[in-house]
Amino acid sequence: MSGQNEHRTMTLKLIVWRQKGPKEAGRFETYVARGITEHHSFLEMLDVVNQDLIKEGQEPITFDHDCREGICGTCSQVINGQPHGGQTRTTVCQLHMRKFKDGDAIYIEPWRARAFPILRDLVVDRSALDRIIQAGGYTSVRTGAAPDGNSILISKEAADYAMDAAECIGCGACVAACPNGAAMLFTGAKVSQLAALPQGQVEARERVNSMIEAMQECGFGNCTNHYECQAACPKGIDVKFIARLNREYLKALMF
Amino acid sequence: MILDGKSPTGPIEQTWDRHRFDMKLVNPANKRKYKILVVGTGLAGASAAASLGELGYNVEAFCYQDSPRRAHSIAAQGGINAAKNYPNDGDSIRRLFYDTVKGGDFRAREADVWRLAQVSNDIIDQCVAQGVPFARDYAGYLDNRSFGGAQVSRTFYARGQTGQQLLLGAYSALMAQVKAGTVKIFPRTEVMDIVLVNGEAKGVTLRDLITGKYRTHVGDAVILCSGGYANVYDLSTMARGASVSANWAAYKKGAYFANPCYTQIHPTCIPQSGDYQSKLTLMSESLRNDGRCWVPRNHGDNRPPNDIPEEDRDYYLERKYPSFGNLAPRDIASRAAKEQCDDGRGVGPGGRGVYLDFRDAINRLGEDTIRERYGNLFEMYELITAENGYKVPMRIYPAPHYAMGGLWVDYNCMSNLPGLFVLGEANFSVHGANRLGASALMQGLADGYFIIPYTIANYLAQTKPGMLKADAPECQASLQEVEARVNKLLSINGKRTVAELHREIGSLMWNNAGMARSEESLKEAIEKIPAIREEFWQNVRIPGAGAELNQQLENAGRVADFLEFGELLCRDALHRRESCGGHFRVEYQTEDGEALRDDENFCYSAAWGFKGVDNEPELHKEPLKFENVELAVRSYK
Ligand SMILES: Cc1cc2nc3c(=O)[nH]c(=O)nc-3n(C[C@H](O)[C@H](O)[C@H](O)COP(=O)(O)OP(=O)(O)OC[C@H]3O[C@@H](n4cnc5c(N)ncnc54)[C@H](O)[C@@H]3O)c2cc1C
Ligand code: FES
Repeated sequence: MSGQNEHRTMTLKLIVWRQKGPKEAGRFETYVARGITEHHSFLEMLDVVNQDLIKEGQEPITFDHDCREGICGTCSQVINGQPHGGQTRTTVCQLHMRKFKDGDAIYIEPWRARAFPILRDLVVDRSALDRIIQAGGYTSVRTGAAPDGNSILISKEAADYAMDAAECIGCGACVAACPNGAAMLFTGAKVSQLAALPQGQVEARERVNSMIEAMQECGFGNCTNHYECQAACPKGIDVKFIARLNREYLKALMF
Repeated sequence: MILDGKSPTGPIEQTWDRHRFDMKLVNPANKRKYKILVVGTGLAGASAAASLGELGYNVEAFCYQDSPRRAHSIAAQGGINAAKNYPNDGDSIRRLFYDTVKGGDFRAREADVWRLAQVSNDIIDQCVAQGVPFARDYAGYLDNRSFGGAQVSRTFYARGQTGQQLLLGAYSALMAQVKAGTVKIFPRTEVMDIVLVNGEAKGVTLRDLITGKYRTHVGDAVILCSGGYANVYDLSTMARGASVSANWAAYKKGAYFANPCYTQIHPTCIPQSGDYQSKLTLMSESLRNDGRCWVPRNHGDNRPPNDIPEEDRDYYLERKYPSFGNLAPRDIASRAAKEQCDDGRGVGPGGRGVYLDFRDAINRLGEDTIRERYGNLFEMYELITAENGYKVPMRIYPAPHYAMGGLWVDYNCMSNLPGLFVLGEANFSVHGANRLGASALMQGLADGYFIIPYTIANYLAQTKPGMLKADAPECQASLQEVEARVNKLLSINGKRTVAELHREIGSLMWNNAGMARSEESLKEAIEKIPAIREEFWQNVRIPGAGAELNQQLENAGRVADFLEFGELLCRDALHRRESCGGHFRVEYQTEDGEALRDDENFCYSAAWGFKGVDNEPELHKEPLKFENVELAVRSYK
């Protein structure tokens, strides 16, 4: 059980990207985090640092967060070069300080990608992901027009496959991890979810075409099979959905 | 004043259908002349905005997150109820209605609850058609699980991420309307004021969270879907940005706030581990399908849980409530956990925890089945506590979770201010004094998909479009007011941080107006809150400027509102001299410690009207009538 180390605290050195606004130059600044226990989450550690900064009359570090339980996809930091810090299937908000040692130096940066301009410090603009969904990430059912939920059977296998894809939280770590800044995993997950279900099939062809087009218009790069995206994904979304995206795209071109 | 909820009369099965027929319609060609402002993009807001856009209205939707998809509905885990009766275990619209009225401890309006139960089935169909991957059985049919407070299996789920999947369904419908050009979205905006024209809601004033600029958006009606207020306790299962601010702005403009003291403390959350903590994480109630709650039978039994033999364990829920057992409703399960810990038999740091044990279920069904059902919850538990719930019982403790109270609305979901509609957790309507599990998702989507499209037409059909112009004096006044308040906050430049003051009001609320309340504790809180408020306005320190992305400033505005709202919550709790649902007054309990309602004097909803920050609010009452469910002592034994 945990517990024995409860009273031991850590002191850490943080090297953090600071940038006042989208058009201003950014730079790394160094801070010290004191009194951190293994039970602090990474964001709670930053809260502690920010409280100290405010009391010293300095500007706290701006970072995105909301649910703090790994589901909203708001938190977004590159820690020591790895989106979300590199722990398997973990968002920054769920990363705990027991993964670090007293005296560690930690680099903290924002998502970096052409399609995600920096707004301030660690906060970026991810509205491009919404634009990809707007292009076709839905079924066009009108409210009230749906048949009974059991009228179209869906095999458990297909439902589970769709759910595996649908787990994406839209955080953008896949884009941040990709050397090309591609959004193939994000787009592939949505296309695959809907393609696997009978409800999504009618619009499948149009969907994949327009989502891919939107992806390119938003400034995301191309996939050259590095698979960094899957490694960085806090929900473990599988690259098989990129293959599915390519297949769906080919199908759309051919028929 | 006696308030009228405008419930339709007559046989309850027919109320909604008849009312729908009686309401006025807006001609299809006229719909695009009306602009509707939707505050919030959670289940309630996204489903409302998408459905209204589809009908041809001109819609603008606002949220403080960077994308509508991140509203806190995303965090709901367990599931959504519907009266489909697919398992053939005796469910029906009437039973869902009955369970909800009883679960709410007879403090909700019958007609509203009936309508909710009636449209519940349509919600499931709608979501399936959107591509929501609900769990299915091997034959391809939709699967169900059980939730607290019900003896039938009526909860639909998508692994442990039901809220996420439902919200992504509603969000995708919303995105389709954005593409169609009927809806415009405004993420990273904070609505800070409601603009009224002759007492009717026609606009909102907001702060753009990136530039720090203020704007007024004008329309023909405003729909608040801004979620719940459990962050008044600071530590809760809510998102950090969740606030009462949009509701509070409406309250200060004259909307009534109903039953603020009805707060839900969820029994199964990961216990607090230190005072740096920023949130409490929920472990879905669905875990109580297979997990058993227990504490050591004997005081001072410090053995590791797996070494404590069966005869030395107290499965207190099974003992106290044999017919519902571990599926007792939330208010009851939370108080039972507190009772064991108050008795000195709690476990973990500070003795504030009970075990939730899966050993028997794993022996019966195998670890794989349990992993299939709840895998992501076990993973989350391990990330936070570094303990393996498959091997060692989880430790849990109750935490603030949900707000049954909210802005008062009539049967049309319209507040007492014409043109101001309130949906989802932000209103007070259907859950009475206690919400049953898996019923909030149902309510949010019922309100947004199936109720507001009809009821708002009834209002709009009786108004002229475009009554408020952007340069009207009402807009100017609202902008000035909002800006002045922010400037005042920035000018204080004191010594205390916003987070410290939030913690201060939060722990006062938790200790004095949390799971148990008394006249004494409430009076103490009502005395102390103004002092914290004073300290805040004299001594808070907000670094940075107004015209920039400034998170401390955002938080400061939210905490400033909690510092006023907390007092109203306590006043409501003090005035309600009875115990019901989530409102437990220690003075009013039965011999065996159960809530003691007083139907003679308190069978009403309390709706409070604003009279100035430092003045007592005015109480309005809406009497509740029970004609279809017999007012009875709520028993789960
Ligand atoms: C951890 C957790 C688990 C849950 N599990 C379940 C479950 O299994 N089943 C169930 O039925 N219920 C569950 N609930 C409850 C349920 O999720 C919520 O009650 C419901 O989703 C609320 O939906 P909503 O649309 O009313 O509000 P929310 O989803 O909270 O959305 C609020 C919206 O308002 C916006 N907003 C708020 N204030 C402002 C402002 N001032 N300006 C601009 N925008 C603003 C926000 O940006 C957001 O878009 C759970 C809740 C939590 C916290
Ligand atoms: S803050 Fe929601 S996922 Fe991290």
